[in-house]
Amino acid sequence: MRRQVVHQPLWKKVLKRPEVGALGGVILVFAFFYVMAPPFRQLSALTTVLYQASTLGIPAVAVAMLMIGGEFDLSAGVAVTSSSLAASMAATEIFGNIWLGIIFALFFSLAIGALNGYLLVKTKLHSFLVTLSTFLMLQGLNIAITKLVTGNVATEDISGMPGFNLAQSIFASSFKVGNVNVSIAIVYWIILALIGTWVLLRTRVGNWIFAVGGQGDSARAVGIPVKKVKIGLFMVVGFSCWFLGMHMLFAYDTVQSGAGIGNELLYIASAVVGGCLLTGGYGSAAGSALGAFIFGMTTEGVIYADWDPDWFMFFVGAMLLLATVFNGWIRVRASSGRK
Amino acid sequence: MDMSANPIIQLSNVGKSYGNISALKDVSLSVRQGEVTCILGDNGAGKSTLISIIAGLITHDTGTYAVDGKAMHFNSPRQALDLGISAVYQTLALVPLLSVWRNFYLGSELMTGVAPFKRLDVKKMQATAGEELARMGINIPDLEQPIGTLSGGQRQVVAIARAVHFGARVLILDEPTAALGVTQSGIVLRFIATAAREQGVGVIFITHNPHHAYMVGDHFMVLSRGEVETDTARANLSLEDLMFHMAGGAGLNALQHELHRNEASAPV
Repeated sequence: MRRQVVHQPLWKKVLKRPEVGALGGVILVFAFFYVMAPPFRQLSALTTVLYQASTLGIPAVAVAMLMIGGEFDLSAGVAVTSSSLAASMAATEIFGNIWLGIIFALFFSLAIGALNGYLLVKTKLHSFLVTLSTFLMLQGLNIAITKLVTGNVATEDISGMPGFNLAQSIFASSFKVGNVNVSIAIVYWIILALIGTWVLLRTRVGNWIFAVGGQGDSARAVGIPVKKVKIGLFMVVGFSCWFLGMHMLFAYDTVQSGAGIGNELLYIASAVVGGCLLTGGYGSAAGSALGAFIFGMTTEGVIYADWDPDWFMFFVGAMLLLATVFNGWIRVRASSGRK
Repeated sequence: MDMSANPIIQLSNVGKSYGNISALKDVSLSVRQGEVTCILGDNGAGKSTLISIIAGLITHDTGTYAVDGKAMHFNSPRQALDLGISAVYQTLALVPLLSVWRNFYLGSELMTGVAPFKRLDVKKMQATAGEELARMGINIPDLEQPIGTLSGGQRQVVAIARAVHFGARVLILDEPTAALGVTQSGIVLRFIATAAREQGVGVIFITHNPHHAYMVGDHFMVLSRGEVETDTARANLSLEDLMFHMAGGAGLNALQHELHRNEASAPV
């Protein structure tokens, strides 16, 4: 009987990981701005970059898991704002209590996710269409309802409400490391990316997510509840939108009802740069964090380098293109097996 | 091969019709441990209907279908599977981008730890999948490689080995060599023989290739338009006979006569 397990050199194992392209990208982009923008070299710049990255990265972890499961969510960008609005208006107009507003927003966000998933499995339409519809509907509702309730495009300042300080310390506080301020959002982002990675690689549900996205029919044939997995993934995205929405609410005290549009594409871009395949069945939650980090460095790097911030979107596009080509090339080389 | 053993499954005069159309008529078949039964036939001969009945996808109208001597009417493939009757279809139920060991255990993952830290027992699954595949004579150097990178024949044997590992006593293989080249077919045929002889599995091998059937078969059944054209053990049949029956049997004789007569009566 031959022994089957062949031990591979570490570098080959690393090269086979989906996030390897993003890791290379992180190093390149970091080196680029390190050379081009002197202020970028300070520690305080790093925390600013990480904070910027965390506001993309928190939903991007969930979006990456959803994409591995074979679906898109275009509504995630405005859903973050919807959640902030729901919490803020429910707290001020209905309950008069911040915590009930927060809980209301949680159920609201989970319900949007569940609705996306339910519509998807019921109509059997592509998730692009289903979530594009929810995206447009939420975009309209966000502004329309805010105007109706407050007579304004932004919500009232909630910083005077009882319970605000506790909620703010949970969702939007910061702490000092040495003499730089570190936002707690960064900590949550890293924890979420770690949990996402663990779930994907080490749990049964994670295994199912890869199978559902990779080959739905096969997954069904071996008894995996494909529809439940998909609805669950949309709800995870809903949860991440709520979480970021609460951070935004307590960081700024008021909510601009038109905010968030376009961010859904940055979440998807982070996931794709991090190694997710558009066709599903392949990708990484940790990779999405690296992808978000790249975009965080780019946003801030452009500012530190004293360039026009409009260059940011150009960089996002170029990075996405490079990363997809590179990831595809790596994957073919790594998965072709022997050499 | 132990012909005296009781059959695992036994079909007696099984038939199935859809309205006036009879898809299958009077088919009798037994599958014993370690025996390879080949079912051959042209398209529309009733092969699919027959295996669908055996696998529990559809139920028969007439005759009896007994498993371990007990008459059965399956309502779902799950019931058949619980009795160890497992079908491997051409689609294989594999996920190409997942690794070999993850595919092997997909849907039946081994777990360790307690909630909420219940997790995949990766080490055990890797080790067991490796041992099981090796035991069944399948050599795959790297179990971490995506199963989509294996050859068609290797994917087929991994799918079969998975069914055997999860308790299949009767394996229904639906045209496992249909889409494969000569070398790849060889891998699969060799494995079918191993699964039957060494693992003691009863195999129902559906094919329309008499050469492939004759290489591994103990018993042959040729179906034609829903009826049994030939049903015989290997000892009573040569490859030429099998090809002849496969090509149309008695019908072919008549056709030959007819053509011959036309030829003779044609003006020279």
